[in-house]
Amino acid sequence: MTRMNEPLVLGIETSCDETGVGIVRGHTLLADAVASSVEEHARFGGVVPEVASRAHLEAMVPTIQRACSDAGIALRDVDAIAVTSGPGLAGALLVGVAAAKSLALALDKPLYGVNHLASHVAVDQLEHGALPDRCLAMLVSGGHSSLLLVDDITLGVTPLGATIDDAAGEAFDKVARVLGLPFPGGPHIDRAARDGQITIDFPRGLSTRKDLERHRFDFSFSGLKTAVARWIEAREASGEPVPVADVAASFQEAVCDVLTRKAIDAAVSNDIDTIMIGGGVAANSRLRALAEERAAAKGIRVRVPRPGLCTDNGAMVAALGSELVARGRQPSALDLPADSSLPVTTVVA
Amino acid sequence: MLLAFDTATAQVSVAVHDGSDVVAERVSEQAMKHGEHLAPLIAEALASAGATVSDVTGIAVGVGPGPFTGLRVGLVTARTLGLALDVPVHGVCTLDVLAAEAVASGAVVGDFLVATDARRKEVYVAGYSAEGTRLSGPDVLRPADAASLRPVVGEGAVLYPADFPHAVGPVRPSAGWLARLVLSGTVEPLDPEPLYLRRPDAVATAARVAAERPSP
Ligand SMILES: [Zn+2]
Repeated sequence: MTRMNEPLVLGIETSCDETGVGIVRGHTLLADAVASSVEEHARFGGVVPEVASRAHLEAMVPTIQRACSDAGIALRDVDAIAVTSGPGLAGALLVGVAAAKSLALALDKPLYGVNHLASHVAVDQLEHGALPDRCLAMLVSGGHSSLLLVDDITLGVTPLGATIDDAAGEAFDKVARVLGLPFPGGPHIDRAARDGQITIDFPRGLSTRKDLERHRFDFSFSGLKTAVARWIEAREASGEPVPVADVAASFQEAVCDVLTRKAIDAAVSNDIDTIMIGGGVAANSRLRALAEERAAAKGIRVRVPRPGLCTDNGAMVAALGSELVARGRQPSALDLPADSSLPVTTVVA
Repeated sequence: MLLAFDTATAQVSVAVHDGSDVVAERVSEQAMKHGEHLAPLIAEALASAGATVSDVTGIAVGVGPGPFTGLRVGLVTARTLGLALDVPVHGVCTLDVLAAEAVASGAVVGDFLVATDARRKEVYVAGYSAEGTRLSGPDVLRPADAASLRPVVGEGAVLYPADFPHAVGPVRPSAGWLARLVLSGTVEPLDPEPLYLRRPDAVATAARVAAERPSP
């Protein structure tokens, strides 16, 4: 239910290859316009920062216009502007931050430079309502794999663990490449795995008793990626065909097994009854299913936004901005910098 | 009121023109801080002119060529302000701004060049008539390939004196002259599209090493 007295917030996201502009009123999503340059990066097998930055400049005004039109509002109706000020690609972030400042200046409205990771958590409020007083957030994407303790998302988050090498999404991209599947790898592996069986026991990173002493809530996917590549090489060397679907299913299982096992361990040991999963990898069907199944066994509730809200978008930034306005948090200054390595503990820059 | 700014060099320059002359001008003190300085300098320049954003009737922006990151800050700011204020945005080649000031200030008499820093040991360069009409360029060249005994305006001449021994006139583009140039009607306004002059692939390989998929 939209209440007209709730703040109308426009959010801008340009930390990687998606130009996102979202508009929310309170917890109600009004528009989520996204322009992606992913096709332009595909031939490089990864995001090229300069290509992404150029695309953000070209997409910015049309995406703002589309969001306003989808929401049925005029820019002058907006009460506050929120923008991802980090972490992400420096040159890409700058385009969004400069656009957000221009809107704040032209409309004479407050500006909130916000953390991309906190936005991934806040977005679920658009789907499942207010976050509980305490929850565990697992953010898994091409850039991050973190377990975060969230009490009040507008004040900060407490990092419990993170990847010590590759991000989960990065592992999907790299394994997709060795399997001859296109970039980005996540959706292609998910699809291929549906026709496969979990036949290969790939390693689970940081899961031995000794690893758990030091890295209980940390992840490692670099060894897994190497193990998959070696397995395929051995197959090819012996002249046998590579069972792409089985490799995809087995690799995906190894990733999802570790992610869900550690997330549930973190929730149980912190006496938390809600796990929120966000980031591009949260769109993975096996991760969702396994998390649901294992959480249910422990009486833990899992909240995952729909896939379109898990990947990078402007709505998540607007969702966090809306919460900041509602809680009366201090806006950012007009000299707000883009900070490519903004720490996860900083919600508003 | 015309609001003008240029971010195509290491510095940010902002000016406000009231139709008869430049009434406020600001230049950033630190280099390479376009994203941080531009918006506050716009607010400062407007306040100093006794104006608010709602008095702005047009925007003029330098479209480069210049280092990409700063250039984009200026262009996205111009386009977004243009959208939010519903005013036209006029693009001008940044080298033309330097040429206009050099001609108006009497720094040049005959044909001359404008050269700015393109980094990676190259310059952005264009050739002009005595009246300030662009005859060639802009191009991105190694200083040795653009070397000239003619008068050379801009930072390129300061950086590469062996190739451009005859440095004259302004070193950095001024937003005040950008505003005057647009209002003089002597330049064809361009769309606010960046003049990159280099393909993104040229920087792709090096950049990819740093970040393959860095955002969550
Ligand atoms: Zn993300």
